[in-house]
Amino acid sequence: MTKVSRESGHVEARGVALAFGRRQIFRGLDCRFAEGRISVLMGGSGTGKSTLLRMIGGLQVPDEGSLQVAGQELVGLDEAQLKAVRGRLGMLFQNGALLDSMSVFENVALPLREHTHLSETEIAERVHGRLSAVGLSDIDELLPGELSGGMLRRAALARAIVMEPEILLCDEPFSGLDPPNVSRIEALLTHLNRDRGLTVIITSHHMATSLRMAHRILLLRNLGCVDGSPAQLASSRDSAIREFLGQDGAEYLAHHGHELEGAEG
Amino acid sequence: MRRGLSNLGAATLRQIEELGRMIRFGGRIVMAAGRPPFRWRSFMAAVYDSGLLSVALICAAGLTVGFVLGLQLYNTLVRFGAEDSLGTAVGLSLIRELGPVLTGLLVTGRAGSAITAEIGAMRTGQQLDGLRMMAIDPIHFVVMPRAMAVFFVLPLLSALFVALGIFGAYLMGVEVLGLDGGTYLASLEAAVEFDTDVLQSLVKSVVFGVLLALIATWRGYSCEPHSAGVSRATTSTVVTASIAILLADYLLTALWSL
Ligand SMILES: Nc1ncnc2c1ncn2[C@@H]1O[C@H](COP(=O)(O)OP(=O)(O)O)[C@@H](O)[C@H]1O
Ligand SMILES: [Mg+2]
Repeated sequence: MTKVSRESGHVEARGVALAFGRRQIFRGLDCRFAEGRISVLMGGSGTGKSTLLRMIGGLQVPDEGSLQVAGQELVGLDEAQLKAVRGRLGMLFQNGALLDSMSVFENVALPLREHTHLSETEIAERVHGRLSAVGLSDIDELLPGELSGGMLRRAALARAIVMEPEILLCDEPFSGLDPPNVSRIEALLTHLNRDRGLTVIITSHHMATSLRMAHRILLLRNLGCVDGSPAQLASSRDSAIREFLGQDGAEYLAHHGHELEGAEG
Repeated sequence: MRRGLSNLGAATLRQIEELGRMIRFGGRIVMAAGRPPFRWRSFMAAVYDSGLLSVALICAAGLTVGFVLGLQLYNTLVRFGAEDSLGTAVGLSLIRELGPVLTGLLVTGRAGSAITAEIGAMRTGQQLDGLRMMAIDPIHFVVMPRAMAVFFVLPLLSALFVALGIFGAYLMGVEVLGLDGGTYLASLEAAVEFDTDVLQSLVKSVVFGVLLALIATWRGYSCEPHSAGVSRATTSTVVTASIAILLADYLLTALWSL
Protein backbone atom coordinates (compact mmCIF):
# COMPACT_ATOMS: atom_id res chain seq x y z
CA MET A 1 0.00 0.00 0.00
CA THR A 2 2.53 2.64 1.13
CA LYS A 3 4.75 3.86 -1.60
CA VAL A 4 8.45 3.92 -0.84
CA SER A 5 9.53 7.50 -0.47
CA ARG A 6 12.89 9.17 -0.26
CA GLU A 7 11.58 11.96 1.94
CA SER A 8 12.28 11.47 5.61
CA GLY A 9 8.96 11.40 7.40
CA HIS A 10 8.48 14.00 10.04
CA VAL A 11 5.07 12.68 10.93
CA GLU A 12 3.99 9.20 10.13
CA ALA A 13 0.98 7.05 10.92
CA ARG A 14 1.17 3.30 10.48
CA GLY A 15 -1.73 0.90 10.68
CA VAL A 16 -3.82 3.37 12.65
CA ALA A 17 -7.32 2.31 13.62
CA LEU A 18 -9.80 4.39 15.58
CA ALA A 19 -13.47 4.05 16.37
CA PHE A 20 -15.81 6.27 18.36
CA GLY A 21 -18.21 3.78 19.84
CA ARG A 22 -19.50 1.74 16.94
CA ARG A 23 -18.45 4.32 14.39
CA GLN A 24 -15.19 3.38 12.69
CA ILE A 25 -13.18 6.44 11.60
CA PHE A 26 -9.89 4.86 10.54
CA ARG A 27 -8.75 1.33 9.84
CA GLY A 28 -5.27 0.47 8.61
CA LEU A 29 -4.47 4.11 7.98
CA ASP A 30 -0.93 4.60 6.66
CA CYS A 31 0.29 8.05 5.83
CA ARG A 32 3.30 10.25 6.13
CA PHE A 33 3.79 13.99 6.22
CA ALA A 34 7.24 14.83 4.98
CA GLU A 35 9.62 17.07 6.86
CA GLY A 36 9.80 20.63 5.64
CA ARG A 37 6.84 20.21 3.33
CA ILE A 38 3.32 21.53 3.14
CA SER A 39 0.81 18.71 3.22
CA VAL A 40 -2.88 19.30 2.81
CA LEU A 41 -5.29 16.86 4.32
CA MET A 42 -8.57 16.64 2.45
CA GLY A 43 -11.70 14.60 2.56
CA GLY A 44 -15.42 15.04 2.96
CA SER A 45 -16.69 16.36 6.24
CA GLY A 46 -16.71 13.75 8.97
CA THR A 47 -13.94 11.68 7.37
CA GLY A 48 -11.66 12.36 10.33
CA LYS A 49 -9.38 15.21 9.27
CA SER A 50 -9.61 17.01 12.59
CA THR A 51 -9.35 13.70 14.40
CA LEU A 52 -6.13 12.84 12.58
CA LEU A 53 -4.64 16.21 13.55
CA ARG A 54 -5.67 15.57 17.16
CA MET A 55 -3.95 12.20 17.03
CA ILE A 56 -0.76 13.82 15.74
CA GLY A 57 -0.98 16.23 18.67
CA GLY A 58 -1.40 13.34 21.09
CA LEU A 59 -4.87 14.56 22.07
CA GLN A 60 -6.55 11.45 20.71
CA VAL A 61 -5.05 8.02 21.19
CA PRO A 62 -5.60 5.53 18.36
CA ASP A 63 -7.06 2.11 19.13
CA GLU A 64 -4.33 0.44 17.10
CA GLY A 65 -1.23 1.35 15.16
CA SER A 66 1.64 3.72 15.66
CA LEU A 67 2.17 7.44 15.29
CA GLN A 68 5.64 8.85 14.87
CA VAL A 69 6.02 12.58 15.35
CA ALA A 70 9.45 14.11 14.89
CA GLY A 71 11.07 10.75 15.41
CA GLN A 72 9.13 10.04 18.58
CA GLU A 73 6.51 7.31 18.96
CA LEU A 74 3.43 8.90 20.51
CA VAL A 75 1.39 5.84 21.37
CA GLY A 76 2.00 4.86 24.95
CA LEU A 77 3.42 8.20 26.11
CA ASP A 78 1.93 9.76 29.21
CA GLU A 79 0.89 13.39 29.45
CA ALA A 80 4.28 14.47 30.87
CA GLN A 81 6.19 12.79 28.04
CA LEU A 82 3.81 14.22 25.46
CA LYS A 83 4.70 17.70 26.70
CA ALA A 84 8.18 17.38 25.23
CA VAL A 85 6.78 16.45 21.82
CA ARG A 86 4.14 19.17 21.95
CA GLY A 87 6.85 21.73 22.58
CA ARG A 88 7.86 21.12 18.96
CA LEU A 89 4.32 21.41 17.60
CA GLY A 90 2.03 24.33 17.00
CA MET A 91 -1.66 23.71 16.55
CA LEU A 92 -4.42 25.85 15.17
CA PHE A 93 -7.80 24.47 16.21
CA GLN A 94 -10.81 24.74 13.98
CA ASN A 95 -12.51 27.14 16.40
CA GLY A 96 -9.32 28.89 17.49
CA ALA A 97 -9.49 27.61 21.08
CA LEU A 98 -8.26 30.91 22.48
CA LEU A 99 -8.86 31.36 26.19
CA ASP A 100 -12.11 33.31 26.64
CA SER A 101 -11.05 35.13 29.74
CA MET A 102 -7.81 36.58 28.37
CA SER A 103 -7.21 39.38 25.91
CA VAL A 104 -5.87 38.59 22.46
CA PHE A 105 -2.45 39.88 23.48
CA GLU A 106 -2.33 37.73 26.60
CA ASN A 107 -3.48 34.71 24.61
CA VAL A 108 -0.66 35.03 22.12
CA ALA A 109 1.83 35.90 24.87
CA LEU A 110 0.84 32.92 27.01
CA PRO A 111 3.26 30.29 25.62
CA LEU A 112 6.09 32.83 25.83
CA ARG A 113 5.27 33.61 29.45
CA GLU A 114 5.03 29.94 30.29
CA HIS A 115 8.07 28.60 28.50
CA THR A 116 10.55 31.44 28.10
CA HIS A 117 12.24 34.07 30.26
CA LEU A 118 11.77 36.89 27.79
CA SER A 119 11.30 40.41 29.14
CA GLU A 120 7.99 42.24 28.78
CA THR A 121 9.38 44.31 25.89
CA GLU A 122 10.62 41.23 24.05
CA ILE A 123 7.29 39.50 24.58
CA ALA A 124 5.38 42.52 23.27
CA GLU A 125 7.68 42.69 20.26
CA ARG A 126 7.21 39.03 19.38
CA VAL A 127 3.47 39.07 19.95
CA HIS A 128 2.96 42.16 17.81
CA GLY A 129 5.21 40.69 15.15
CA ARG A 130 3.09 37.57 14.93
CA LEU A 131 -0.18 39.45 15.07
CA SER A 132 0.83 41.73 12.23
CA ALA A 133 2.05 38.71 10.23
CA VAL A 134 -1.53 37.40 10.31
CA GLY A 135 -2.86 40.86 9.50
CA LEU A 136 -4.13 41.89 12.92
CA SER A 137 -3.32 45.14 14.67
CA ASP A 138 -4.89 47.27 17.40
CA ILE A 139 -6.75 44.35 18.90
CA ASP A 140 -4.44 43.67 21.86
CA GLU A 141 -7.02 44.42 24.50
CA LEU A 142 -10.01 42.75 22.86
CA LEU A 143 -11.35 39.51 24.25
CA PRO A 144 -11.71 36.54 21.89
CA GLY A 145 -15.49 36.84 22.19
CA GLU A 146 -15.27 40.28 20.60
CA LEU A 147 -13.57 39.05 17.41
CA SER A 148 -15.14 37.80 14.20
CA GLY A 149 -14.56 34.16 13.27
CA GLY A 150 -11.87 35.02 10.77
CA MET A 151 -10.02 37.31 13.17
CA LEU A 152 -10.25 34.68 15.87
CA ARG A 153 -8.72 32.06 13.62
CA ARG A 154 -5.90 34.42 12.65
CA ALA A 155 -5.19 35.37 16.27
CA ALA A 156 -5.07 31.66 17.07
CA LEU A 157 -2.63 31.14 14.20
CA ALA A 158 -0.43 33.87 15.67
CA ARG A 159 -0.46 31.97 18.95
CA ALA A 160 0.35 28.68 17.21
CA ILE A 161 3.50 30.09 15.60
CA VAL A 162 4.70 32.34 18.42
CA MET A 163 6.98 29.62 19.82
CA GLU A 164 8.45 28.89 16.37
CA PRO A 165 7.41 25.24 16.23
CA GLU A 166 8.97 22.68 13.90
CA ILE A 167 5.65 21.27 12.88
CA LEU A 168 2.50 23.33 12.43
CA LEU A 169 -0.91 21.65 12.43
CA CYS A 170 -3.73 23.82 11.09
CA ASP A 171 -7.35 22.75 11.12
CA GLU A 172 -9.21 24.68 8.41
CA PRO A 173 -7.03 27.79 8.48
CA PHE A 174 -8.89 29.39 5.57
CA SER A 175 -12.54 28.81 6.38
CA GLY A 176 -14.39 31.98 7.23
CA LEU A 177 -11.67 34.25 5.82
CA ASP A 178 -12.23 36.85 3.13
CA PRO A 179 -10.15 36.47 -0.06
CA PRO A 180 -7.41 38.99 0.90
CA ASN A 181 -6.90 37.18 4.18
CA VAL A 182 -6.89 33.78 2.51
CA SER A 183 -4.03 35.04 0.35
CA ARG A 184 -2.31 36.55 3.35
CA ILE A 185 -2.43 33.33 5.38
CA GLU A 186 -1.44 31.29 2.36
CA ALA A 187 1.57 33.56 1.83
CA LEU A 188 2.48 33.41 5.52
CA LEU A 189 2.37 29.61 5.66
CA THR A 190 4.31 29.30 2.41
CA HIS A 191 6.89 31.77 3.72
CA LEU A 192 7.30 29.97 7.04
CA ASN A 193 7.71 26.72 5.17
CA ARG A 194 10.18 28.01 2.63
CA ASP A 195 12.32 30.22 4.87
CA ARG A 196 12.20 28.38 8.15
CA GLY A 197 11.70 24.84 6.90
CA LEU A 198 8.50 24.56 8.91
CA THR A 199 6.59 21.34 8.31
CA VAL A 200 3.00 22.40 7.64
CA ILE A 201 0.02 20.07 7.84
CA ILE A 202 -3.31 21.68 7.11
CA THR A 203 -6.83 20.50 6.53
CA SER A 204 -8.75 22.52 4.03
CA HIS A 205 -11.75 22.68 1.79
CA HIS A 206 -10.27 25.54 -0.21
CA MET A 207 -9.49 23.51 -3.29
CA ALA A 208 -7.69 26.14 -5.37
CA THR A 209 -5.55 27.34 -2.46
CA SER A 210 -4.75 23.80 -1.40
CA LEU A 211 -3.68 22.73 -4.88
CA ARG A 212 -1.53 25.83 -5.18
CA MET A 213 0.32 25.59 -1.90
CA ALA A 214 0.48 21.85 -1.25
CA HIS A 215 3.56 19.79 -1.93
CA ARG A 216 1.46 16.80 -1.19
CA ILE A 217 -2.24 16.17 -0.82
CA LEU A 218 -3.62 13.41 1.35
CA LEU A 219 -7.18 12.49 0.67
CA LEU A 220 -8.97 10.64 3.44
CA ARG A 221 -11.47 8.05 2.32
CA ASN A 222 -12.65 4.53 3.04
CA LEU A 223 -11.11 4.66 6.54
CA GLY A 224 -7.66 5.16 4.99
CA CYS A 225 -5.92 7.68 2.78
CA VAL A 226 -4.68 8.20 -0.76
CA ASP A 227 -1.84 10.60 -1.31
CA GLY A 228 0.08 12.20 -4.11
CA SER A 229 1.27 15.50 -5.46
CA PRO A 230 -1.52 17.85 -6.54
CA ALA A 231 -0.86 16.99 -10.19
CA GLN A 232 -0.91 13.27 -9.49
CA LEU A 233 -4.25 13.45 -7.73
CA ALA A 234 -5.75 15.80 -10.30
CA SER A 235 -4.88 13.33 -13.03
CA SER A 236 -5.89 10.27 -11.04
CA ARG A 237 -7.63 7.50 -12.92
CA ASP A 238 -10.01 7.19 -9.96
CA SER A 239 -13.07 9.19 -10.96
CA ALA A 240 -14.11 9.68 -7.31
CA ILE A 241 -10.86 11.50 -6.63
CA ARG A 242 -11.17 13.67 -9.72
CA GLU A 243 -14.73 14.42 -8.76
CA PHE A 244 -13.63 15.47 -5.29
CA LEU A 245 -11.05 17.87 -6.70
CA GLY A 246 -13.66 19.15 -9.11
CA GLN A 247 -13.25 22.10 -11.47
CA ASP A 248 -10.23 23.41 -9.57
CA GLY A 249 -8.49 20.07 -10.04
CA ALA A 250 -9.09 20.11 -13.77
CA GLU A 251 -7.84 23.68 -14.07
CA TYR A 252 -4.80 22.85 -12.00
CA LEU A 253 -4.02 19.94 -14.26
CA ALA A 254 -4.33 22.10 -17.36
CA HIS A 255 -1.62 24.40 -16.05
CA HIS A 256 0.61 21.95 -14.21
CA GLY A 257 0.09 18.67 -16.03
CA HIS A 258 3.59 18.85 -17.47
CA GLU A 259 5.02 18.46 -13.94
CA LEU A 260 3.85 14.86 -13.88
CA GLU A 261 6.50 13.33 -16.13
CA GLY A 262 5.60 9.84 -15.13
CA ALA A 263 6.20 10.51 -11.46
CA GLU A 264 3.55 8.01 -10.51
CA GLY A 265 5.05 4.64 -9.66
CA MET B 1 -35.96 -9.15 37.29
CA ARG B 2 -32.54 -10.65 36.73
CA ARG B 3 -31.91 -8.23 33.93
CA GLY B 4 -32.89 -5.37 36.22
CA LEU B 5 -30.42 -6.59 38.81
CA SER B 6 -27.59 -6.93 36.34
CA ASN B 7 -28.31 -3.43 35.01
CA LEU B 8 -28.19 -2.19 38.57
CA GLY B 9 -24.88 -3.99 39.05
CA ALA B 10 -23.44 -2.43 35.91
CA ALA B 11 -24.62 1.01 36.95
CA THR B 12 -23.07 0.61 40.40
CA LEU B 13 -19.82 -0.50 38.83
CA ARG B 14 -19.83 2.54 36.57
CA GLN B 15 -20.41 4.79 39.58
CA ILE B 16 -17.49 3.21 41.41
CA GLU B 17 -15.26 3.64 38.36
CA GLU B 18 -16.33 7.25 38.10
CA LEU B 19 -15.55 7.74 41.79
CA GLY B 20 -12.10 6.24 41.25
CA ARG B 21 -11.43 8.59 38.34
CA MET B 22 -12.58 11.55 40.39
CA ILE B 23 -10.29 10.64 43.28
CA ARG B 24 -7.34 10.24 40.91
CA PHE B 25 -8.22 13.65 39.49
CA GLY B 26 -8.14 15.03 43.05
CA GLY B 27 -4.67 13.58 43.42
CA ARG B 28 -3.57 15.41 40.30
CA ILE B 29 -4.95 18.69 41.68
CA VAL B 30 -3.00 18.22 44.90
CA MET B 31 0.18 17.42 42.96
CA ALA B 32 -0.40 20.48 40.78
CA ALA B 33 -0.82 22.69 43.85
CA GLY B 34 2.60 21.56 45.05
CA ARG B 35 4.27 22.18 41.70
CA PRO B 36 5.53 25.76 41.26
CA PRO B 37 4.68 28.30 40.11
CA PHE B 38 1.52 28.69 42.15
CA ARG B 39 -1.01 30.49 39.96
CA TRP B 40 -1.59 33.42 42.28
CA ARG B 41 -3.32 35.58 39.73
CA SER B 42 -5.87 32.93 38.72
CA PHE B 43 -6.26 31.93 42.36
CA MET B 44 -7.10 35.49 43.41
CA ALA B 45 -9.51 35.86 40.51
CA ALA B 46 -11.22 32.63 41.57
CA VAL B 47 -11.34 33.78 45.21
CA TYR B 48 -13.06 36.90 43.95
CA ASP B 49 -15.56 34.92 41.84
CA SER B 50 -16.32 32.15 44.31
CA GLY B 51 -15.75 34.02 47.55
CA LEU B 52 -16.20 37.75 47.40
CA LEU B 53 -19.18 37.59 45.09
CA SER B 54 -20.85 35.14 47.50
CA VAL B 55 -20.50 37.47 50.49
CA ALA B 56 -23.80 39.27 49.96
CA LEU B 57 -25.65 35.98 49.57
CA ILE B 58 -24.04 34.51 52.69
CA CYS B 59 -24.80 37.64 54.73
CA ALA B 60 -28.43 37.74 53.65
CA ALA B 61 -28.88 34.02 54.26
CA GLY B 62 -27.07 34.09 57.61
CA LEU B 63 -29.14 36.99 58.84
CA THR B 64 -32.42 35.42 57.74
CA VAL B 65 -31.58 32.06 59.27
CA GLY B 66 -30.63 33.94 62.45
CA PHE B 67 -34.07 35.62 62.56
CA VAL B 68 -35.85 32.32 62.08
CA LEU B 69 -33.72 30.50 64.65
CA GLY B 70 -34.24 33.29 67.15
CA LEU B 71 -37.98 33.17 66.70
CA GLN B 72 -38.40 29.37 66.63
CA LEU B 73 -36.03 28.56 69.45
CA TYR B 74 -37.44 31.35 71.61
CA ASN B 75 -40.97 30.00 71.14
CA THR B 76 -39.82 26.52 72.12
CA LEU B 77 -37.61 27.57 75.03
CA VAL B 78 -40.16 29.92 76.53
CA ARG B 79 -42.50 26.97 77.09
CA PHE B 80 -39.91 25.51 79.46
CA GLY B 81 -39.09 28.87 80.93
CA ALA B 82 -35.63 28.46 79.43
CA GLU B 83 -35.57 31.48 77.12
CA ASP B 84 -32.39 32.66 78.82
CA SER B 85 -30.52 29.86 77.02
CA LEU B 86 -31.46 31.25 73.58
CA GLY B 87 -27.80 32.18 73.05
CA THR B 88 -26.68 28.62 73.72
CA ALA B 89 -29.27 27.04 71.45
CA VAL B 90 -28.70 29.45 68.58
CA GLY B 91 -24.91 29.38 68.87
CA LEU B 92 -24.54 25.62 68.97
CA SER B 93 -26.92 24.88 66.13
CA LEU B 94 -25.31 27.52 63.94
CA ILE B 95 -21.72 26.69 64.72
CA ARG B 96 -21.97 22.92 64.64
CA GLU B 97 -24.51 22.38 61.89
CA LEU B 98 -26.23 25.17 60.07
CA GLY B 99 -23.24 27.38 59.39
CA PRO B 100 -21.07 24.86 57.56
CA VAL B 101 -23.94 22.94 55.95
CA LEU B 102 -25.97 25.87 54.65
CA THR B 103 -22.83 27.68 53.51
CA GLY B 104 -21.74 24.52 51.70
CA LEU B 105 -25.10 24.24 49.96
CA LEU B 106 -25.30 27.92 49.09
CA VAL B 107 -21.76 28.04 47.70
CA THR B 108 -22.51 24.87 45.74
CA GLY B 109 -25.40 26.61 44.03
CA ARG B 110 -23.67 29.95 43.62
CA ALA B 111 -20.03 29.10 42.84
CA GLY B 112 -19.77 25.34 42.36
CA SER B 113 -22.19 25.38 39.44
CA ALA B 114 -20.35 28.34 37.91
CA ILE B 115 -17.01 26.55 38.14
CA THR B 116 -18.42 23.45 36.45
CA ALA B 117 -20.01 25.53 33.72
CA GLU B 118 -16.83 27.51 33.11
CA ILE B 119 -14.49 24.52 32.94
CA GLY B 120 -17.07 22.60 30.89
CA ALA B 121 -17.30 25.45 28.41
CA MET B 122 -13.52 25.56 28.18
CA ARG B 123 -13.49 21.87 27.42
CA THR B 124 -16.25 22.22 24.84
CA GLY B 125 -14.42 25.12 23.17
CA GLN B 126 -11.24 23.00 23.06
CA GLN B 127 -9.51 25.56 25.26
CA LEU B 128 -8.23 22.82 27.55
CA ASP B 129 -6.85 20.91 24.55
CA GLY B 130 -5.39 24.17 23.31
CA LEU B 131 -3.49 24.51 26.59
CA ARG B 132 -2.24 20.93 26.35
CA MET B 133 -0.96 21.62 22.84
CA MET B 134 0.99 24.57 24.25
CA ALA B 135 2.54 22.14 26.74
CA ILE B 136 0.59 23.77 29.57
CA ASP B 137 -1.15 21.42 32.00
CA PRO B 138 -4.81 22.47 32.19
CA ILE B 139 -5.09 21.00 35.68
CA HIS B 140 -2.30 23.27 36.83
CA PHE B 141 -3.44 26.28 34.87
CA VAL B 142 -7.24 26.13 35.09
CA VAL B 143 -8.43 23.56 37.61
CA MET B 144 -6.03 23.93 40.53
CA PRO B 145 -6.53 27.67 41.20
CA ARG B 146 -10.31 27.30 41.16
CA ALA B 147 -10.31 24.23 43.38
CA MET B 148 -7.93 25.89 45.85
CA ALA B 149 -10.11 29.00 45.92
CA VAL B 150 -13.23 27.03 46.90
CA PHE B 151 -11.24 25.13 49.50
CA PHE B 152 -9.94 28.42 50.88
CA VAL B 153 -13.14 30.47 50.92
CA LEU B 154 -15.62 27.95 52.26
CA PRO B 155 -14.43 28.04 55.92
CA LEU B 156 -14.32 31.85 55.78
CA LEU B 157 -17.81 32.12 54.35
CA SER B 158 -19.04 29.61 56.91
CA ALA B 159 -17.61 31.74 59.72
CA LEU B 160 -19.31 34.77 58.20
CA PHE B 161 -22.59 32.88 58.05
CA VAL B 162 -22.32 31.88 61.71
CA ALA B 163 -21.51 35.44 62.79
CA LEU B 164 -24.44 36.90 60.85
CA GLY B 165 -26.75 34.17 62.14
CA ILE B 166 -25.84 34.88 65.74
CA PHE B 167 -26.34 38.57 65.09
CA GLY B 168 -29.72 37.93 63.45
CA ALA B 169 -30.93 35.84 66.39
CA TYR B 170 -29.71 38.59 68.72
CA LEU B 171 -31.77 41.14 66.83
CA MET B 172 -34.81 38.90 66.99
CA GLY B 173 -34.42 37.80 70.61
CA VAL B 174 -33.27 41.08 72.12
CA GLU B 175 -34.71 43.84 69.96
CA VAL B 176 -37.99 42.18 68.95
CA LEU B 177 -38.84 39.69 71.70
CA GLY B 178 -37.35 41.68 74.55
CA LEU B 179 -34.74 39.30 75.96
CA ASP B 180 -31.85 40.85 77.87
CA GLY B 181 -28.86 41.35 75.54
CA GLY B 182 -26.30 40.54 78.23
CA THR B 183 -28.04 37.26 79.05
CA TYR B 184 -28.09 36.23 75.39
CA LEU B 185 -24.39 36.84 74.94
CA ALA B 186 -23.46 35.28 78.27
CA SER B 187 -25.34 32.08 77.49
CA LEU B 188 -23.69 31.99 74.07
CA GLU B 189 -20.24 32.45 75.54
CA ALA B 190 -20.74 29.91 78.30
CA ALA B 191 -21.86 27.14 75.97
CA VAL B 192 -19.51 27.37 73.01
CA GLU B 193 -16.23 25.52 73.40
CA PHE B 194 -13.38 25.69 71.00
CA ASP B 195 -12.28 22.07 70.73
CA THR B 196 -15.75 20.63 70.41
CA ASP B 197 -17.88 23.21 68.67
CA VAL B 198 -15.60 25.58 66.79
CA LEU B 199 -13.21 22.88 65.71
CA GLN B 200 -16.06 20.68 64.55
CA SER B 201 -17.41 23.59 62.55
CA LEU B 202 -14.03 24.23 60.98
CA VAL B 203 -13.41 20.58 60.14
CA LYS B 204 -16.82 20.35 58.54
CA SER B 205 -16.39 23.42 56.38
CA VAL B 206 -12.94 22.25 55.29
CA VAL B 207 -14.28 18.83 54.34
CA PHE B 208 -17.21 20.40 52.48
CA GLY B 209 -14.76 22.67 50.70
CA VAL B 210 -12.72 19.68 49.54
CA LEU B 211 -15.83 17.85 48.36
CA LEU B 212 -17.25 20.82 46.51
CA ALA B 213 -13.92 21.79 44.94
CA LEU B 214 -13.37 18.25 43.71
CA ILE B 215 -16.88 17.60 42.45
CA ALA B 216 -17.31 20.97 40.72
CA THR B 217 -13.98 20.88 38.89
CA TRP B 218 -14.24 17.18 37.98
CA ARG B 219 -17.73 17.52 36.58
CA GLY B 220 -16.59 20.40 34.39
CA TYR B 221 -13.36 18.73 33.33
CA SER B 222 -15.02 15.46 32.41
CA CYS B 223 -18.21 16.82 30.86
CA GLU B 224 -19.34 15.79 27.39
CA PRO B 225 -18.03 18.42 25.00
CA HIS B 226 -21.25 20.08 23.88
CA SER B 227 -23.70 22.52 25.44
CA ALA B 228 -26.12 19.84 26.65
CA GLY B 229 -23.15 18.13 28.28
CA VAL B 230 -22.19 21.33 30.09
CA SER B 231 -25.71 21.84 31.36
CA ARG B 232 -25.94 18.23 32.55
CA ALA B 233 -22.60 18.56 34.31
CA THR B 234 -23.71 21.75 36.04
CA THR B 235 -26.89 20.15 37.32
CA SER B 236 -24.93 17.13 38.41
CA THR B 237 -22.54 19.29 40.41
CA VAL B 238 -25.39 20.84 42.36
CA VAL B 239 -27.05 17.49 43.05
CA THR B 240 -23.92 15.47 43.79
CA ALA B 241 -22.20 18.11 45.90
CA SER B 242 -25.35 18.81 47.92
CA ILE B 243 -25.85 15.12 48.70
CA ALA B 244 -22.15 14.68 49.44
CA ILE B 245 -22.19 17.62 51.86
CA LEU B 246 -25.27 16.38 53.71
CA LEU B 247 -23.90 12.85 53.92
CA ALA B 248 -20.50 14.05 55.10
CA ASP B 249 -22.21 16.24 57.68
CA TYR B 250 -24.03 13.25 59.08
CA LEU B 251 -20.88 11.12 59.16
CA LEU B 252 -18.79 13.83 60.80
CA THR B 253 -21.45 14.55 63.41
CA ALA B 254 -21.73 10.84 64.20
CA LEU B 255 -17.96 10.46 64.43
CA TRP B 256 -17.71 13.50 66.68
CA SER B 257 -20.22 12.17 69.16
CA LEU B 258 -18.44 8.81 69.56
N1 LIG C 1 -14.78 12.89 20.66
C1 LIG C 1 -15.59 12.31 19.77
N2 LIG C 1 -16.53 11.43 20.17
C2 LIG C 1 -17.33 10.82 19.28
N3 LIG C 1 -17.30 11.03 17.96
C3 LIG C 1 -16.39 11.89 17.48
C4 LIG C 1 -15.49 12.57 18.36
N4 LIG C 1 -14.69 13.37 17.60
C5 LIG C 1 -15.08 13.18 16.33
N5 LIG C 1 -16.09 12.30 16.25
C6 LIG C 1 -16.72 11.82 15.00
O1 LIG C 1 -15.68 11.40 14.16
C7 LIG C 1 -15.95 11.78 12.82
C8 LIG C 1 -14.80 12.56 12.27
O2 LIG C 1 -14.77 13.82 12.86
P1 LIG C 1 -13.77 14.96 12.40
O3 LIG C 1 -12.38 14.45 12.54
O4 LIG C 1 -14.11 16.18 13.17
O5 LIG C 1 -14.14 15.13 10.88
P2 LIG C 1 -13.65 16.22 9.84
O6 LIG C 1 -12.72 17.16 10.54
O7 LIG C 1 -13.01 15.46 8.74
O8 LIG C 1 -14.88 16.91 9.36
C9 LIG C 1 -17.26 12.54 12.85
O9 LIG C 1 -18.27 11.67 12.46
C10 LIG C 1 -17.44 12.92 14.29
O10 LIG C 1 -18.80 12.94 14.60
MG1 LIG D 1 -12.84 19.09 11.04
